[in-house]
Amino acid sequence: MSNAESSDQGTAMPPLIACDDIWKIYSIGDVKVEALRGLSLVINEGEFVAIMGSSGSGKSTLMNIIGCLDQPTSGHYRLNGVEVSQLRSDQLADIRNRQIGFVFQSFNLIPRTSALENAQLPLLYRGLSLKEQRGQAAAALGRVGLHGREHHYPTQLSGGQQQRVAIARALVTAPSILLADEPTGNLDTKSSQEIMGILEKLNRDEGITIILVTHESEIASYASREVVIKDGQVLDDRLTKAHPTVRAVEV
Amino acid sequence: MTAFVWLTVVTAIRILGRNRLRAGLTMLGIVIGVAAVIAMVSIGEGAKRAVQAQIATMGTNVIIMWPGATTASGVRGAQGSAVTLTVSDAVELKKRIPLLVDTGWAKRDVMQIINGNRNWNGTINGVSPSYLTIRDWSFTSGGPFTQADLDSAARVALIGQTVAENLFDLGEEPVGAVIRIKNVPFRVIGVLAPKGQSAQGSDQDDVVFIPFSTAERKVFGTSFIGSVGSLFASTDRTEDLPEAVEQIREVIRARHRLQGDQADDFTVRTQVDIAKVQEGTSQTLTIMLFAIASVSLLVGGIGIMNILLVSVTERTREIGVRMAVGAKHRHIVMQFLIEAMTLSLVGGIVGILLGIIGAKLTTVVAGWPTIISINVVTVAFFFSLVVGLCFGLYPANKAARLNPIEALRYE
Repeated sequence: MSNAESSDQGTAMPPLIACDDIWKIYSIGDVKVEALRGLSLVINEGEFVAIMGSSGSGKSTLMNIIGCLDQPTSGHYRLNGVEVSQLRSDQLADIRNRQIGFVFQSFNLIPRTSALENAQLPLLYRGLSLKEQRGQAAAALGRVGLHGREHHYPTQLSGGQQQRVAIARALVTAPSILLADEPTGNLDTKSSQEIMGILEKLNRDEGITIILVTHESEIASYASREVVIKDGQVLDDRLTKAHPTVRAVEV
Repeated sequence: MTAFVWLTVVTAIRILGRNRLRAGLTMLGIVIGVAAVIAMVSIGEGAKRAVQAQIATMGTNVIIMWPGATTASGVRGAQGSAVTLTVSDAVELKKRIPLLVDTGWAKRDVMQIINGNRNWNGTINGVSPSYLTIRDWSFTSGGPFTQADLDSAARVALIGQTVAENLFDLGEEPVGAVIRIKNVPFRVIGVLAPKGQSAQGSDQDDVVFIPFSTAERKVFGTSFIGSVGSLFASTDRTEDLPEAVEQIREVIRARHRLQGDQADDFTVRTQVDIAKVQEGTSQTLTIMLFAIASVSLLVGGIGIMNILLVSVTERTREIGVRMAVGAKHRHIVMQFLIEAMTLSLVGGIVGILLGIIGAKLTTVVAGWPTIISINVVTVAFFFSLVVGLCFGLYPANKAARLNPIEALRYE
């Protein structure tokens, strides 16, 4: 398994994400649904991981747990060495705010609110001054190539541009992880390539860890590691290309 | 945090601006409630002030005493029909009670007054000169009669505005003219400044004052020399009134030889007592106002809660996004509370403005005096804020308790 190689680093520094024997069981009435069944997964800083699996495989549940939106029924999830499976909802909110950026399939921009204000949103909950918030949001928009479109509303932007605003919103807090859940699911081929290009560049040039959920192998090919989930467990986990950041650390 | 609050307020205003009709309808309850309260309190205050002004026309710190009623063969006469209060009571009271600045007395009857070929039926008051000072009468021309006039039972008269208007032509000077009361000629030596209506609604200017002795001997005629229709007294300070009333009762009871268990054969009232009766009326009005205000604010509050619940449902996804990017429970609560309070506050302000306009219109159209009190405006302002807070709490908490995953998936 390829992650044996990455786990070696764990002796010096804890891995960024360490899921250990995670179970997630939903009760719907009397029926218990086991979404995750003892899943273990380690992801190191700087990786670009594609999580693949059919619907119902448990990949969304895994993403929610990694993104601190949900907590496992049992098992351990350590983020940067910190056990988060027992934290209260406000502490989780704080972790999401500081360490995790979300990119959704349906963009989830706040309607009738300018690109700048959308990108600014996570900073709103941080107690920064308005000026700092605006400056950082404008810089984040610049990084995704939306300079000059700060005051456009979502309806005035193309799908690709909207998704770029969403990426800027995810980036504005300088998170260590970017979680992208089917980020190209609602986009045409050209926009998809643009978005994936941006994600790839962020990973390569800035070392941001990216976890991508997709069921398109073409999209998954941008990642350097593929994890296949089935029936709530890891079915396959392999490196698909040499990983520049990981290698840089090793040298 | 301040940046958060500021941006949230701006956002709330923008959202309300986008749904102007909806926001307007939602606010209507608060607007109507606040406007009604402001307008009615202003009218009430104006009326109260007018009543206070009327009571003030009685003089300052005035005490009034009436004799009791007669009982003849079990039939009780009207108050004041007895002849138990006398001039000597008044003189004695002043001597015995240092709290009293002065005492005066009066006796009245309605009689025909004639000037040349005109006549008028007005109230003739035989009074002591001190009565005029206690009751604060001033003059538009001429001046009061004196102790000497009283001693000599002089035939001099002071006439009120209403009498002057009915007996004399406009621009004709009444002072110096001779009028006849019950065929007795009187020289007019003063015209009284108008006082308007009394607190009981009678025309205080429909009046003629003549010296008490003259009235007793030459006009009214009496079987008991020295009996009066009413006694008057005044104190320097309002606080002294209750004490003065107590002492007056003691002195008069002693003079009338009333035993411990016998009831007073006279009545003592102060200006404050009379004012209190009026206050009682306005208190009833105030309670009614509060009832109306509470109901309309309640209805307004429910309207706000309703629209906020709709808003929470409409914006479920937005709430999910906000939670995903790090909004804590309190951030979501505050966002919706601020929206609720913005709604209720804008409603309150519009209501205050409408209320003030309504009050002013009442003054212009109906001619009622109105007074806009800053207190009421302030209370209305904070009340509308509190309504927003109270009725926003439930929707805000509902929003903050949403599960972020489900909220993000909400269609």
